[in-house]
Amino acid sequence: MSISIHSINKTFGSYKALEDVSLEVPNGSLTALLGPSGSGKTTLLRIVAGLEFADDGPGKILFHGENVVGIPAGKRSVGFVFQHYALFRHMSVADNIAFGLTVLPRSKRPAKSEIRDRVHELLGLVKLDGLDKRRPHELSGGQRQRVALARALAIRPKVLLLDEPFGALDAKVRKDLRRWLRVFHDEINLTTLFVTHDQEEALELADQVVVMRNARIEQVGTPQEIYDRPRSPFVYEFLGNVNKLTEPNGVQRYIRPHEIEVLFAAEYDPTTDRMAKIQHLFSAGPVATLGVRLDDGKFVDVELSRKQLEDLGLSVGDEVAIRSNPPE
Amino acid sequence: MANLQVTTESKPVRLILILAAIIVLGLFLLLPLFAVFAEALRRGWEVFLASLTEDAALSAIKLTLLAAAISVPLNTLFGVSAAWLVTKYRFKGRAFLISLIDLPFAISPVIAGLVWVMIFGAKGWLPPETLTNLLAPAANLAAWAASSDRFGGLFEGLAAWLANPKIIFATPGIIIATVFITFPFVARELIPLMESQGSDQEEAAVTLGAGGWRIFWRITLPNIKWGLLYGVLLCNARAMGEFGAVSVVSGHIRGKTNTLPLHIEVLYNEYQFSAAFACATLLAFLALFTLGMKSLVEQLSGHSAAGKH
Repeated sequence: MSISIHSINKTFGSYKALEDVSLEVPNGSLTALLGPSGSGKTTLLRIVAGLEFADDGPGKILFHGENVVGIPAGKRSVGFVFQHYALFRHMSVADNIAFGLTVLPRSKRPAKSEIRDRVHELLGLVKLDGLDKRRPHELSGGQRQRVALARALAIRPKVLLLDEPFGALDAKVRKDLRRWLRVFHDEINLTTLFVTHDQEEALELADQVVVMRNARIEQVGTPQEIYDRPRSPFVYEFLGNVNKLTEPNGVQRYIRPHEIEVLFAAEYDPTTDRMAKIQHLFSAGPVATLGVRLDDGKFVDVELSRKQLEDLGLSVGDEVAIRSNPPE
Repeated sequence: MANLQVTTESKPVRLILILAAIIVLGLFLLLPLFAVFAEALRRGWEVFLASLTEDAALSAIKLTLLAAAISVPLNTLFGVSAAWLVTKYRFKGRAFLISLIDLPFAISPVIAGLVWVMIFGAKGWLPPETLTNLLAPAANLAAWAASSDRFGGLFEGLAAWLANPKIIFATPGIIIATVFITFPFVARELIPLMESQGSDQEEAAVTLGAGGWRIFWRITLPNIKWGLLYGVLLCNARAMGEFGAVSVVSGHIRGKTNTLPLHIEVLYNEYQFSAAFACATLLAFLALFTLGMKSLVEQLSGHSAAGKH
């Protein structure tokens, strides 16, 4: 089910959390709301879920064309996974997952045996078979997160919302779970909106990235579009390391470290290149990082492969020519 | 154990501290407790039992139980709703409301009693005559209900009271004073607990389709049950042990408006030491029971709290 958000505003007292936000989340997509803290991304997610209410006005939120503003959270068929999972700590894993089914009105509530089957099916889906009798505190962070996911999915939601889904996990688990969630999403094909402040996470995981800043949407696009064609200096800087480089023709441009080509000083072409001196060189890992100082004293970061570095045979103090080589 | 040395005192210092603790504990806690039982039994078991079973004592016990039976459930209900309100919602005047809940803790029990005399006493704002007029319609209704054949008996007491509504120097005054004094116990216990738990689990239940009532019973209550039980215990101990406020509104009518603590004071003033201490043992047992339950609750909740993360 697609989600359409039309000119939503939200203020807390005098603080503007969202300002005229509009967004399309296509059916079946995995969309990331990316931004620094305080940019309004979590507020937007909570408004979509119905946990927070937008300011009065013409703003609308459509689920597959149907306006859900005014429909209570519990009736929106939304699966919500909280940043710290919010598992019911006095209940077993199975009871947590079954909760949404057991609170259905009697006429819609499945039989006990059906609920049990559904719980086991979901436990299988999130790869937690056999843990149904555990309590939340007996699980690892990654397992808790998957229980929260299974609990949200139990009610067969039409959209899935995740608030900083990997925020509380350590780096290794985070990476594994990220990959797993991507595959999982492709399997269940449920329209999913997630909040993150980690650009790497958004770029790797999402079909569509929504960059937010100061209560507004800054740019929407595929990860590639966002990374290669940032619409503003903010997006440029937020998505990764960037250099501000003045080219020989006087044009100022933002350029990523890996988009700079390093040439021997002998190959210097004054129409396109700048001369630079290598200040430091860091080459542990697959990518080598050079810090070079331009003739005007400016400092520029350059990334190149280890192979390139070896071929050039560079060392600290060498003079080189650099040429910006942005993507087409 | 080398790493322990920095936080451990030398042996003589430790001995002195331990000894000091034992002396203070013995002098201020164990000795009085022992004295209560020793005095109570000084003239033998028969006197002890007789002092507990005489009419005035039984009536005092009954009144104490009644006051607690009304004020504890009332303040449990109040405490849970107040804690729910101030922790799950943000609104103007919230901080003021929290300090208002503490008011009965902050003022002297004598004042807490006098306030009610000021309002309902013979020279108060709502003296018995005014109250009689105000309650006349209700009294008529109750009299009518009492005259009916089927449930008449149920309303007789109420009708009689409404016809002659006495609050001060009567049971209602004692109940009101007790409710007022024990007002904050449950709320005080729950507010920090619920504050620290946040509303995440409730919100999760909302998104899963649960209604407010069900969220309270299935999510909130199980999460606060130990804190709640602890608050109820303290509330009960105070409701049964309150002296000051109740003393002001009671009038000390023997066999009528004496609660257990007041009864003990009356006996003591009449030099009936054994009887006074015999009744005091009941309150001492209440204290011991409360302490025992408290540590049990702490142990049980400790087990579940350990599993918090």
